[in-house]
Amino acid sequence: MKKLALFLGVILVLTMSISACGGAGGQAQTIKVGVVAELTGDIPAVGASCKNAAEMAVQEINDAGGLEVGGQKYQVELFVEDNAGKADQSASAAQKLITQQNVVAIIGPNASRYAIPASEIAESSKVVLISPWSTNPKTTLDAKTDLPKKYVFRAAFIDPFQGRVIAKFALDNLKAKKAAVLFDVASDYNKGIAEFFKATFEENGGTVVAYETYTTGDKDFSAQLTKIKETGPDVIFLPNYYSEVPLQIQQAHRLGIEAPFLGSDSWGSSELITLCGTDCEGYYFSTHYAADAATPVATKFIENYTQKYGNTPDDVAALTYDSFGLLWQALQSAGKVDREAVREAMSKIPAFEGVTGNMSFQAGSGDPIKSAVILQVKGDKFVWFANANP
Amino acid sequence: MKTNTSQNLTWQEWLKVQMEKLAANRKILPILVVAGLILSFAIPQFHLLNDYVILIIIYVGINIILSTSLNLINGYMGEFSVGHAGFMAVGAYIAAILTTQLIPDNLAIWLFPLVVIIAGCGAALIGLVVAIPSFKTRGDYLAIVTLAFLMIVKSVIENIEAIGGPRGIPGISKLSTLPWTFIWVVIAVAVIRNFVYSKYGRGVLSLREDEIASDLMSVNTKQVKLLSFIISSFFAGVAGALFAHILQFISPRVFDIVKSTDILIMMYLGGIGSIAGSIIGAVIFTVLLEVLRPLGMWRMVLMPLVLVLLMIYRPLGIMGMRELRWFVPGYELVASKLWRKNKGVDHVES
Amino acid sequence: MTYLLQQVLNALQLGSIYALIALGYTMVYGILTMINFAHGDLFMVGAFFCFLAATALGLSFVPTLLVSMIGVALLGVLIERFAYRPLRNAPRVSAIITALGVGIFLENFTLVFAPYPQHVPTLIQNKTWVIGGVTISSLQILIIALSIVLLILLDTIVRKTMVGIAMRAISWDKSIVPLMGVPLNLIISATFALGTSLGGAAGVMYALAFPVIDPYMGILIGWKAFIAAVVGGIGNIRGAMVGAFILGGVEIMVAAFLPSTYRDFVAFTLLLVLLIFRPYGILGKPRPQKV
Repeated sequence: MKKLALFLGVILVLTMSISACGGAGGQAQTIKVGVVAELTGDIPAVGASCKNAAEMAVQEINDAGGLEVGGQKYQVELFVEDNAGKADQSASAAQKLITQQNVVAIIGPNASRYAIPASEIAESSKVVLISPWSTNPKTTLDAKTDLPKKYVFRAAFIDPFQGRVIAKFALDNLKAKKAAVLFDVASDYNKGIAEFFKATFEENGGTVVAYETYTTGDKDFSAQLTKIKETGPDVIFLPNYYSEVPLQIQQAHRLGIEAPFLGSDSWGSSELITLCGTDCEGYYFSTHYAADAATPVATKFIENYTQKYGNTPDDVAALTYDSFGLLWQALQSAGKVDREAVREAMSKIPAFEGVTGNMSFQAGSGDPIKSAVILQVKGDKFVWFANANP
Repeated sequence: MKTNTSQNLTWQEWLKVQMEKLAANRKILPILVVAGLILSFAIPQFHLLNDYVILIIIYVGINIILSTSLNLINGYMGEFSVGHAGFMAVGAYIAAILTTQLIPDNLAIWLFPLVVIIAGCGAALIGLVVAIPSFKTRGDYLAIVTLAFLMIVKSVIENIEAIGGPRGIPGISKLSTLPWTFIWVVIAVAVIRNFVYSKYGRGVLSLREDEIASDLMSVNTKQVKLLSFIISSFFAGVAGALFAHILQFISPRVFDIVKSTDILIMMYLGGIGSIAGSIIGAVIFTVLLEVLRPLGMWRMVLMPLVLVLLMIYRPLGIMGMRELRWFVPGYELVASKLWRKNKGVDHVES
Repeated sequence: MTYLLQQVLNALQLGSIYALIALGYTMVYGILTMINFAHGDLFMVGAFFCFLAATALGLSFVPTLLVSMIGVALLGVLIERFAYRPLRNAPRVSAIITALGVGIFLENFTLVFAPYPQHVPTLIQNKTWVIGGVTISSLQILIIALSIVLLILLDTIVRKTMVGIAMRAISWDKSIVPLMGVPLNLIISATFALGTSLGGAAGVMYALAFPVIDPYMGILIGWKAFIAAVVGGIGNIRGAMVGAFILGGVEIMVAAFLPSTYRDFVAFTLLLVLLIFRPYGILGKPRPQKV
């Protein structure tokens, strides 16, 4: 009975190996931090930036001799897990970090659709989870009670805030009356911002003349753009990822659309300019920080990152780095390496000067209070254009 | 390790004999089921395993339901359905809507089995609709029908704002516990196994071999197809409901073509036309993905390589077209024994 | 009216791209009755070869196209030799699952080296003309023209040349035809080389039209091209072309005249209805089934 032996044997080996990868390591002198990132799957670029920034953040601490918590220097040990762009693997990766690796906190996953299942695990296991990039308001909320989750934090804006900021900018600064929106209907981030943009824009006297959608993976937007062209908008809002925006703008130009384009923080990668060529010149987007008007912290981060990885950091990298910054600060003010103490300290962070600007947490909320800036694409740089406050 | 017994056997031979005994022993399966049931209650109660391992076991259970139910269509009936994730989505959404919006929390724990059944029925109803084109179309054309169905389900869910659209449904209670998952796995495997060895099951098998011939032999092909699709999609819906209540969050993205591909891989890895195969496939696929985690990005490079190599060396999958004797009804074993004796075949792998 | 004309032009462009990929699918299917699910990913590899040839080697358009086509053809032949050939006598599904596995392997292998989307430099200076309110770009013309040229070329190869005749003979019967002196393995390799090089060409054209490429770009478009091939009648070269233009047309027209949110829903429902009424595709013929 070969196959039965094989069957039982395989199961035995697998169960053994699965329970063996845990094991209590040396607890003393190290802080274990977990990262769940989208290394493979539908948004590998996000995962790659997250991993790079995480490794850099940890290396900086370790090179400096460790993080001083409660008068003792700790080395940081980083565990990066891939969630393969799948919700179920996000949950299992988070659970693995918590139970097997015994981490003190988890950074990631980034996209809301992966962050939410992982945050449920973190919440029920009482471990702090900071999602660098998740913008869905629901990530940090308990959907049943609509109260904030206790253990879940984020470093990014939430959709309503950014949608409002851009809509106001379009109305006030660009004096736009008619706006068109093109967004990915299958992606929660894009849809969230598009909706709040539309609502604010129309509340304040503008009209949204075209509200067009496509599905993730599409590269041909000609039908939607032709339709948008027919309606003659003053401004076109593209709350889409920086890998898609250049295609949309190039195709729009090919169709002879001349209205200016607006974007959200998902534009905020210098890759945008590489991918766009000259097509994006002069367009605006909202984001967390401006590289040219950067604080010393941000300048240092950008320099180090560029030196280490050969490309300038995008918003995911910056937000991941800030998530680590938040965690370090929480650990230090907690004074001990303990999950519960870190949570206490996290919720009481008065002010944190990060790469993506200053942020603070209101008691009981996992969403940071931070301001936004509007940047303009000029040449091969993003240039500060305006400040926007909540 | 016990190497030599008194009869001077090498330990491999000894193992073989023991395995043969084990496989032939028909009491093992009920014992395993009872032991499993007890364990499924005991493990969370006494913290025998940590949460991570429990989570993986529940995933394995859900995947077993998925691959076994897909095996009915793709393995036993010989069609190529790529829409299994669509049925799963229907079940998951029905169940999630019921527990988050209609049933109060304190009741949900008690009504969960009912919720899962309703979810399964909803998926079965949709399965019925997909079964109708299968009367006329076959093979690759039916594959497209199921693929289009999957795309339609995803698109519909994305467009209904009341169920969250692309943002999905968060905050689903964690109701898929180990015992419930185990019970549903047992039910799914038992129902599908009984179906396959029933009168209709013969019809399903005959459809795989030759549809026209079986029609001529007065197999009611339409009825058989309808039934298979209903049963298969019912359990896909059940798996979806369990999946929603372990993840505590669902969105249309969870049920995309990649999910369907995963189920296909699990099923073909285990082997077509074999319940034991589907179970093995689901176990290996799920656990291997977790065990290979240390490889990082190379994990997803290695997995497909393993699959390709396995397909080359075992084109029918690990258990292709064969069955563990535990799952074969007694009378069938007797019949095949008699057949072997008459034919003078001394060894046919059962 | 100009709006409609513009949308028709858009549909032609999208249809041509689907057609280039669908042709490769149908080519392999027609000869081997095997769905090469890795085709979408070979298409992606084609786009990456184009990227490498244009950036690392600094080649211009025509050499880039050749490099990609030859590179992808070689890869296709290799895959056939090592992954599909051992399964030639196995059930059809085994080969299909192997193809799925090869596809996932190609995606993730590429991903390890290119986690970020890559930008393909402009190889052809794009010009746009406005004729009666309709905007036409030189890229659009190139894509549409190339797909039609390749279709005619392929049709001629399969119908008129010795290799093509051998291919069709093999698709008729794999056991007797080799006895007549047709080198089976060679012809199948040739089929794969031809089919996948088309995928490579499609990858290049796609990379020129939509110059941002990533390792997963082949999945969705691969499935869509597969749908196109089946709708036209899989195995039928002209059918693939028809199916591709129908799919492109439906997608564009639904987005143009209905809310684009419903595009996928309406487009796929239409395809389902079509398949219910023509179960073997538009130009496909039901294979006679023997009992």
